[in-house]
Amino acid sequence: MTWQGWAEIALTLSLAVAIGWPLGVFLSRVWNGEKTFLDPVMRPVEGLFYKACGVDPSKSQSWHAYALALLAFNLIGFVFVYAVLRLQGVLPLNPQGFPGLSGHLAFNTAISFITNTNWQSYAGETTMSTLSQMLVLTVQNFVSAATGATVAAALARAFVANRGEGVGNFWADLIRTTLYLLLPLAFVVAVVLVALGLPQTLAAGVTAHTLEGAEQKISLYAVASQEAIKMLGINGGGIFNANSAHPFENPTPLTNLITAISINTLGWAAFFAFGRTVLAKKDVRALVIAAFVLLFAGAAGVYAAETQPAPAQVAAQVDTSANMEGKEVRFGAPATAAWVAMTTGASNGSVNGMHSSLMPLGGGIAMFLMQLGEILPGGIGSGVAIMVVMALLSVFVAGLMVGRTPEYLGKKIEAREIQFSILAVVIIPLSMLGFSGVAAVLPEALKGLMHSGPHGLSEILYAYVSGTANNGSAFAGLTANAPWWNVTLGIAMAMGRFMPIVAVLAIAGSLVSKPKLAPTAGTLPTDGGLFIGLLIGVILILGGLQFFPAMALGPIVEHFQALDAVAALR
Amino acid sequence: MLSHLRPALVSMGLFTVLLGLAYPLAVTGVAQAAFPNQANGSLIRDADGKAVGSALIGQVFAKPEYFHGRPSAAGAGYDASASSGSNMGPLNETLIARQKTDAAALRAENPGVAIPADAVTTSGSGLDPDISPANARFQAPRVAGARGVPEKDVTALIDAQVQQPLLGFIGQPRVNVLALNRALDARYPPLASQKDG
Repeated sequence: MTWQGWAEIALTLSLAVAIGWPLGVFLSRVWNGEKTFLDPVMRPVEGLFYKACGVDPSKSQSWHAYALALLAFNLIGFVFVYAVLRLQGVLPLNPQGFPGLSGHLAFNTAISFITNTNWQSYAGETTMSTLSQMLVLTVQNFVSAATGATVAAALARAFVANRGEGVGNFWADLIRTTLYLLLPLAFVVAVVLVALGLPQTLAAGVTAHTLEGAEQKISLYAVASQEAIKMLGINGGGIFNANSAHPFENPTPLTNLITAISINTLGWAAFFAFGRTVLAKKDVRALVIAAFVLLFAGAAGVYAAETQPAPAQVAAQVDTSANMEGKEVRFGAPATAAWVAMTTGASNGSVNGMHSSLMPLGGGIAMFLMQLGEILPGGIGSGVAIMVVMALLSVFVAGLMVGRTPEYLGKKIEAREIQFSILAVVIIPLSMLGFSGVAAVLPEALKGLMHSGPHGLSEILYAYVSGTANNGSAFAGLTANAPWWNVTLGIAMAMGRFMPIVAVLAIAGSLVSKPKLAPTAGTLPTDGGLFIGLLIGVILILGGLQFFPAMALGPIVEHFQALDAVAALR
Repeated sequence: MLSHLRPALVSMGLFTVLLGLAYPLAVTGVAQAAFPNQANGSLIRDADGKAVGSALIGQVFAKPEYFHGRPSAAGAGYDASASSGSNMGPLNETLIARQKTDAAALRAENPGVAIPADAVTTSGSGLDPDISPANARFQAPRVAGARGVPEKDVTALIDAQVQQPLLGFIGQPRVNVLALNRALDARYPPLASQKDG
């Protein structure tokens, strides 16, 4: 570990928060329908959407209607993505000449992209045509991100209302978030990324004649436009198999810095937007601090793990200052460690080094950050929504201790809110551990594993943790393009996405009709150090304890095996 | 649910046109006009205009007179249409055996000198264009011998090609293998081609 490494990690994580703040103020203005500097360009487009869709954006919907609209939009998205991927072979803009996808792979990929997961059972450059990358994958990178953001907008309105009725209009939230925030920002970042080296072409590739006289086929795509929204939308699905380790997705330390910041910045922006909309900036600052502390601890842990002696490098008697298997020279251990934490703390799932080749505890921390429920800072809006659920559970625990009805942000938290909060977070371990348990004894599932022993269990566990958390990264030794994996991971992704969303909207529906209370002497302050400590405790106990037995059989036992191996070799 | 289907269908259609066609095509237009070199893959061309590779993508070097890139798990090695890491776990026996074999070969070539880690590990992409400066210096005696030039001249060429981290701490010091080998060819043509010529 070096001071340069620590400085790089600290800068990358902090800049994402710093840039997220003004973006959050802007996002809050967008949610509230306030004036923005983009109005002259975007108002007419927005109006066209409403007119064509036949919706009245000023009509506030009940939580039922809001949730149904969200589900209907995602259902149509699923059907459309599935159809295009199946028909890819006969559709235009397919210079690669790729055939349509199999039914189970198209099913998995469609769910993966509508749920903002971007789990990829396929390798992009040997599967996807230019049309598929643009027309369905890029589009879902935008709208699945905006879908997540709508949930936070609805929840914010529920907290701010005083005996209100509706939680807002889903269509207005979806369309406005996309048009005013995601599209302009992605355009700017995409052009910057092209300037820094990312390809952007409709050609399928070129053949080079190398210095040693061989032929090298180099695949090309419209990379930059997809890369920008892949990171900003916290999606994570690479154009290429190697994702952000591929030099065409991430050629230099500067592109790495920009794209790493993009992984987290809109997640943080949604926190700040929530705070501004609810008029609870200090309370949200406490949520941000709690999340940042956990995220930084995760990055530090991965950096420490990746600078321990790697068994293979000890055996080969080469330099052991960093575990370089699966890492790019231009990034090294610190930039990879920062990325591992940021991509798993948010629900991004892109990688700039291969997670399967991380040291046991490096890969374990990646899994652990996802198991916490994708709240550090999570997806755009979906992250802050689940973080607020964690805050509700925290004030509930505190209320039990002192025997008072808990309150949060001026709303009484009662049985219904807590029931739905538990529902929102219980699905995570249920799907992660349930599917993993079945897969671990099913020959059909085990066929896909690259490793046996603890690392093999980690491949299984990582897959269902990543899918359920809507992250999308993988221990990619697993060959997931088979019916069992594609179907069950598809189900895990859908459960992990839509059950918490509906639960959060139900909480919003319950809170919106309640009176807004002024804090009294008996109200637990939720903006100070005490609450931050309580919240971190609840997050770690909810996320940590229930996974401990499974983790002990995977990364933890592998860690001790690695220590043994290194000691024996020396 | 049914009343929501019309806005769902129509908005998905509009989003598809706007985000799936207009947006990527607009970025493509700007990119091709303003940054044609990057937009088309940062290709490097020889005197006849033939592409010899991409400045960003590593390629196979096996001859002694060239600096070698890292081991690669992309296809048969540096297959730029099939990027991939090895995905082998830290205790994978194949990984340990492979690193030991590669290290033994390097040790025979340059005994007594510490071997940098990137010389025996595969990158995440399998297309890593760079090696560490230490790895380049490790290979300098072999390259100098194969080209019949003093080692210090080759080392000077390496030093000129080292890219330092941004602001001193963002990223790692590195040498682009293709750029280094092209500089080498331009300055000290290989012995074999001198004989041929």
